[in-house]
Amino acid sequence: MNNEQIKIAIADLLPSAIIEESSEWLTIHIEPVDWLPLAEKLRNTAELYFDYLFCLTCVDWKSHLTMVYHLTSTVHRHTLVVKSKLDRDDARIETVTMIWRTAEFHEREVYELFGVNFLHHPDLRLLILPDGWEGKYPLRKDFEDPVNIIKL
Amino acid sequence: MVDSSKISGEIPKILPWKQDHGTAEFPGEVYNTPGGGILLSKLDNVINWARSNSLWPLVFGTSCCAIEMMSTASAKYDWSRFGFEVARATPRQADVIIIAGTIVNKMAPVLKRLYDQMGDPKYVIAMGACATSGGPFFYNTYSVVKGADHIIPVDVYIAGCPPRPEALLHAMITLQEKIRKGLTREQIRMPKPE
Repeated sequence: MNNEQIKIAIADLLPSAIIEESSEWLTIHIEPVDWLPLAEKLRNTAELYFDYLFCLTCVDWKSHLTMVYHLTSTVHRHTLVVKSKLDRDDARIETVTMIWRTAEFHEREVYELFGVNFLHHPDLRLLILPDGWEGKYPLRKDFEDPVNIIKL
Repeated sequence: MVDSSKISGEIPKILPWKQDHGTAEFPGEVYNTPGGGILLSKLDNVINWARSNSLWPLVFGTSCCAIEMMSTASAKYDWSRFGFEVARATPRQADVIIIAGTIVNKMAPVLKRLYDQMGDPKYVIAMGACATSGGPFFYNTYSVVKGADHIIPVDVYIAGCPPRPEALLHAMITLQEKIRKGLTREQIRMPKPE
């Protein structure tokens, strides 16, 4: 499928999705509540068949967080980027571990570094940060560490 | 091909294969006597001389400096020429640890343990900006140790990000000189014999 065909398919699956096409990959913006049902359809629809989640990350924009999912299909060779705005104070989104198994570790990483709460995640605990690390999310813009970080 | 007949001038006094490549002269004097000779030296100097010419590094690389370290070990630069021979994958068989890369807080206890597991005498080279000071780009972060000397004593520091293999070789030769002079941290720390 080319980007135009994916656009039509997305508009069919989720009419509320905002489609943006400014780069190589087609990008859609969705509400967090729409993510899990959409993800299931993206994975299981035969024409789309996004079977590979190759990047899952988060961006802190100071006013809000944005979850970014990069999906691709190893069969059709097309790629889609899904973005979703999260509330900074109460960041929560459904896990997609059951759809793409790789999301388990990626979501744990985003959880510890950005403090996004992945609902129904099977094993949401720290991945890389040392045990006992609590409360602070190092990749958030307002993260402060008076011991290790020098403020100019 | 160079036509040897066209080369003019005198042959240089120091021949290339006679130059000091870090392997210093034997520390002692030989007095020839009929039927042989007498060697006068200090045992400490002989031991240091022997040790300095056989320093096996530990396989330890945490980031990009390790690539330069591997390059230094391989055929083009070949640290074996200076007695660094082979890198050992166990601290029990290694004499020198080259900290090639960033040390993060989680890696710090591992580095300390590796250092503790190395048999005496042991030496440390801090390679590159990260190992000497925390690094040019990782510096202001929650996760990086600001210099490996916060964890273990370092004998030789190398500047650069990453340093070229020549710089590492220079640091290794500097370490050998320090060992011969008895100035490494290990040697200073050891009690002087009465």
